Amino acid sequence: MIEIKELHKSYKMGSNSLHVLKGINFSVKKGELVAIMGSSGSGKSTLLNILGMLDEADEGTYILDGVPIEDLNETKAAEYRNKFLGFIFQSFNLINYKSAKDNVALPLFYQGMPRKERNTMALDYLERVGLKPWAEHLPSELSGGQKQRVAIARAMASQPKVLLADEPTGALDSKTSYEVMDLIQKINDEGNTILVVTHEKDIAHMCKRIVYLKDGVIVEDKKVNQVRASSYVQ
Amino acid sequence: MFNRDTWKEIFDTIRKNKLRTFLTGFTMAIGIFIVVILVGFTNGLQNTFEEFFGDDATNTFFIFPGRTSMPYKGYKSNRSIRFDNSDLTDIKENFEPLLQYITPRITRSNLVRYKGESNNYTNRAVAPAHQFSEKTIIMKGRFINENDLKIKGKYAVIGRLVEQDLFNGEDPIGKYITLGDSAFKVIGVFQDDGGDNEERFIYIPYTTRQLIEKGTDRIEQIIIGFNPAIGYTGAMALEKNILKLLKDKKVIAREDRSGIFIRNIADELKQNQQFAQVLGFIALFFAIGTIIAGIIGVSNIMIFVVKERTKEIGIRKALGATPRVVISGILLEATTITTLSGFSGMLAGVAILQNLGDQLEDYFITNPYIDIGFAIGATLVLIVFGTVAGYVPAKRAARIKPIVALRDE
Repeated sequence: MIEIKELHKSYKMGSNSLHVLKGINFSVKKGELVAIMGSSGSGKSTLLNILGMLDEADEGTYILDGVPIEDLNETKAAEYRNKFLGFIFQSFNLINYKSAKDNVALPLFYQGMPRKERNTMALDYLERVGLKPWAEHLPSELSGGQKQRVAIARAMASQPKVLLADEPTGALDSKTSYEVMDLIQKINDEGNTILVVTHEKDIAHMCKRIVYLKDGVIVEDKKVNQVRASSYVQ
Repeated sequence: MFNRDTWKEIFDTIRKNKLRTFLTGFTMAIGIFIVVILVGFTNGLQNTFEEFFGDDATNTFFIFPGRTSMPYKGYKSNRSIRFDNSDLTDIKENFEPLLQYITPRITRSNLVRYKGESNNYTNRAVAPAHQFSEKTIIMKGRFINENDLKIKGKYAVIGRLVEQDLFNGEDPIGKYITLGDSAFKVIGVFQDDGGDNEERFIYIPYTTRQLIEKGTDRIEQIIIGFNPAIGYTGAMALEKNILKLLKDKKVIAREDRSGIFIRNIADELKQNQQFAQVLGFIALFFAIGTIIAGIIGVSNIMIFVVKERTKEIGIRKALGATPRVVISGILLEATTITTLSGFSGMLAGVAILQNLGDQLEDYFITNPYIDIGFAIGATLVLIVFGTVAGYVPAKRAARIKPIVALRDE
């Protein structure tokens, strides 16, 4: 599903250049649930942003579902993001003046799906994350966990190849975190490929594979026995 | 891009961002409102100006006698010049085809009484043609006619305000007023656009005035209306020729500048027109200035709006919005708001101008108005510039990498 070779990325900070990714080689198969771990500054978010086409690599190749991702202009990148990827952010990034349903329907709007169809579909996905009764609520009327579940429903709505989650539990208490991870695990059970960036060990161990990043290189890449989040959730 | 779904999305956004919508709309509405009001006021100022100077007929010469300033043909200097009836006939005979009318004017001030009421009024002893030179409008009865001159009748035509002062609502026509020592029959009431002063005059036949003053044939002023067909140059030549005729007749040196004066309204009119033109330029300057101020205001608010939406743009892009969709969304929204609010601001301004009418006459603003084409044009200019001003930051925002926009918290 994802193939990365010799990926480099550096940021210019004034006159200094900060080399963040120093040659990453990495691949993900369909249906995997991968945690990317590392201390802050290790480059894990940068890696995820490049995977998400939110940022561009300086060097290296990136193949997503057989499509080489290179020389993207903004329009092309937007299309790919819409077709291939779903995002889950630490700060949810819901549009605050749109109801839960409209937020979920937004990627479908950009796909050009007719209004009725996308509303039905949005409600369908809200039901899957257990928030159908909150469909008409604004994000400000939802709890953090609920917001993240709306964001997950939104990420799922466009039926992406890969879900990318950047610290999805970073802004949540542990109980809610486990609920969210439970949801992510269930989505993974249905065969979806998911990448989770986290610095929390227990969250990482709820994935099937952990990739450790340190100073811009992968120092460890191992399969783990998945801890089911449902065991923490009543 | 213009399908129903896009519009629904836009109106949704407008409805759910009330503050932003209000700020944008308010800036736009207030901008165009001020343009309309200011331009309207300047137009009102021009109206006042025209009313001040446009009252009297413009094809008029006023001829006054003065005192000579140099000795000539045995006469000493500082001799006082007088006009009499023969001067009238001489001018009439010599310049007949060039004249529209000619009238003398003798001005006096007398105590006027009717029943218990009395007051001092200026009276002008004139010929019937005087009606044209002052554009006197008869409200009741009639003006002085040739027959009145012939019989030297004691007839008076009184101003609207004289009637108001003296008659207490009584119909003045046919009543007798005492003017000085004689009784005059009121034969007409007039109004004049030249203001209150002009409506406190009383007109009587000049022959009657001469009779009262012991049968003299003196007159004070001669007023001439020339045939407008002779044009500005023709009027200038006529002025010179009349001066020549009178100076020869009264034995005044041709180069003596103070023996006889002619006030030429045509000349004044030209100056007034120049002044009106300057006023017009000032009006234009005001209009352009306020439009520029409006453009700056609308541009600022657009830049602010786009800045405020940076994060939202990032989210939308992460979800698969292309830059084109992002930009057109922002611009359509902005243009919708500015168009609706711009035209309501314009209509509000026009409505206020229309309702003001004469209420601001004390401040020299009469009937303020704005050319509706100009108002619409100014509104469109503001909308276009608002859109352009929104386009630049929107384009930049759409080009920002989503990750930068999302980080911006």
